[in-house]
Amino acid sequence: MASYIARRLLWTVVLLLVITAVTFLIFYVLPTADPAALRAGRDPSPELIKVIRHQLGLDQSLPSQYWNYTKALFLHFDFGDSFINNTSVKSLIFDRLPNTIFLVLGAAVIWFVAGVTIGIVSAVRRGSFWDRLLMGGALVLISAPVYWLGLLSLYLFSDDIGRFHIFPGSGAYQDAHGFFAKCWALMMPWLVLSAAFSAIYARLLRSNLLETMGEDYIRTARAKGLPERRVILRHGVRSAITPVITVLGLDIGILMGGAILTETVFNIDGIGRLAFDAIQRGDLATIQGTTIVLAAGVALMSLVVDVIYAFLDPRVRY
Amino acid sequence: MAQPLLEVKDLSVHFETEDGLVRAVDGISYTVERGRALGIVGESGSGKSVSSMTVMGLSRASNARISGQILFDGKDLLNASEQEMRRIRGGEIAMIFQDPLSSLHPFYKIGDQLIEAHRSHNDVSKAQARDRAAEMLGLVGIPDPRGRLDSYPHEFSGGMRQRVMIAMALINDPKLLIADEPTTALDVTVQAQILELIQRLQSELDTAVVMITHDLGVVAEVTEEIVVMYAGRIVEHGSAETIFGAPQHPYTWGLLRSIPRLDTPRDQELVPIYGRPPSLINRPTGCAFHPRCPYVREAHKRVDPELAPAGNGDDGHTVACLLPAKTRQALWGALSAGSSPEEAREEVPIPEHEMSPSAHGATDAATPTGAAAVEEDGGAVAAGSSGEETHGA
Repeated sequence: MASYIARRLLWTVVLLLVITAVTFLIFYVLPTADPAALRAGRDPSPELIKVIRHQLGLDQSLPSQYWNYTKALFLHFDFGDSFINNTSVKSLIFDRLPNTIFLVLGAAVIWFVAGVTIGIVSAVRRGSFWDRLLMGGALVLISAPVYWLGLLSLYLFSDDIGRFHIFPGSGAYQDAHGFFAKCWALMMPWLVLSAAFSAIYARLLRSNLLETMGEDYIRTARAKGLPERRVILRHGVRSAITPVITVLGLDIGILMGGAILTETVFNIDGIGRLAFDAIQRGDLATIQGTTIVLAAGVALMSLVVDVIYAFLDPRVRY
Repeated sequence: MAQPLLEVKDLSVHFETEDGLVRAVDGISYTVERGRALGIVGESGSGKSVSSMTVMGLSRASNARISGQILFDGKDLLNASEQEMRRIRGGEIAMIFQDPLSSLHPFYKIGDQLIEAHRSHNDVSKAQARDRAAEMLGLVGIPDPRGRLDSYPHEFSGGMRQRVMIAMALINDPKLLIADEPTTALDVTVQAQILELIQRLQSELDTAVVMITHDLGVVAEVTEEIVVMYAGRIVEHGSAETIFGAPQHPYTWGLLRSIPRLDTPRDQELVPIYGRPPSLINRPTGCAFHPRCPYVREAHKRVDPELAPAGNGDDGHTVACLLPAKTRQALWGALSAGSSPEEAREEVPIPEHEMSPSAHGATDAATPTGAAAVEEDGGAVAAGSSGEETHGA
């Protein structure tokens, strides 16, 4: 197991190298605008641009730019400085990462619990009124875009501009102090972010569980005289939930790169907002930094998922 | 013995589906005495598995229509509450299945699965249940039983897994073990071991066994009494000796002649039963076996045979075939002398109109005059005449 994890970590490093190369190519070789010109402000003199180019290292050859970039990244964990305001990208990211993690993990707990519960109820009461209602609702939530759902919920439930003053509205998270206040401030973003995920997980678990309940070992469990509740929860759900946990890990990894829409709608200073602003301003160093965070998140979480899987399914051997 | 352990009376299990009513089991009756073994033989779709799942109370789907009576130890299982059934399932009646790999939960250690089975019926501590589990694994011949408790199902071979299943089934000392195709998924050499094991445990623990299989070789090994099922009904019922020595139903003949035996001449070819098992939604009219029967007569397509004494002096031997007993005996004589079904048909004259007592009472679908024959309540004569009238109609 340990050697497997070491091997996988090594691969993760290789993967990240490839990803930096690709982001480098995308953002440096095919720039949409000259970063130096953007940085220089309105009507810059050619000299100023040249100076800035030199400052940013953009006057060097591409390979040496990549080499410097990679060296700084891997040796010093240095993403360079933001093109816009000279702050180090590293500090920008680490300022915002906790907010994103808080948002994503909280939402993940909600959508996992909700999705699994709804999935079990639907599968057990298959074809019933509840099944139809829950699965119909799930379809609506899957189809609803986050920005629409977010704005709608702000319009309806936010305590400043909403029709019903229930939850703290947009921007409340920045002003909240203390763990529980922050949790309360994140309530609406959590619900909005978890809505579509809950629906997807519910459908996934439902179909997995229905398939599992047809398995021979479920028949065996019933033949042992176990109560139906135990047959479903201990024997059925135990198998049906395994693939759901895989998906959960990967989804969390992807969202570590920022829940851009949710963070934007609710004005949460997370990685997603950082990336969104950086793209708008052509801040290539920051774009690259957030991309690497996203890639590392996915790579790391897929490793975590594989390790967890070995515990969940004893048949998996490394 | 006063009361049989299991008594199935006129059991029917029908399923309502979008395509129509599936008559999976259509009025079967049999009994199992304490400590004895009964074999139920038939092709896939003959209703043999459904009938035993019904005994376990596991076919209670919302679309299932179950009628008849199942008496286990005097208790009516069809009217038992889910609570009572749960106590009986795995406690007094245990079951093992065809594929031991898919029948064990892949994610739990086999020790935990055995312990769960024991603890759900007995108020014992985990440690006691663990001891019992190890004892059972030893009993079914698994080496190092205590050590293997912590193994997962995939770490066992097919035969060993079936041993684990048997250990789990017998852990609560059931009175009845239902074995549903227990050897089908196993290698031939392992099959013999598993059958031997079941037989040994049956006599050691005095457990009654219902062995469900499509393989006559399997029941020959283990059981004293055999029921042959076709299309949801019993077509022949007798002692193992009779079923192998003097079978009376063309379907049983087909089953017997489609398996190789050591005592058949080397040059004799195996004869498959032609055609496919019938649809359980649209049963063939008359005798359900008639589309595949080499000895069919016109009247057999209209008269539905019922189980009647075979007419050979053997009380326990019943058969649902319209051929007259003499004709059947002659046909089997020819077949066991090595003739093919075609040759047997030429050697033995098969009467067009005369029918066996199986035709009795089965004419309701045929003609109104059939009812008169039923009223006479006679044996061969009345039945024969009813057949005549049927033909004339």
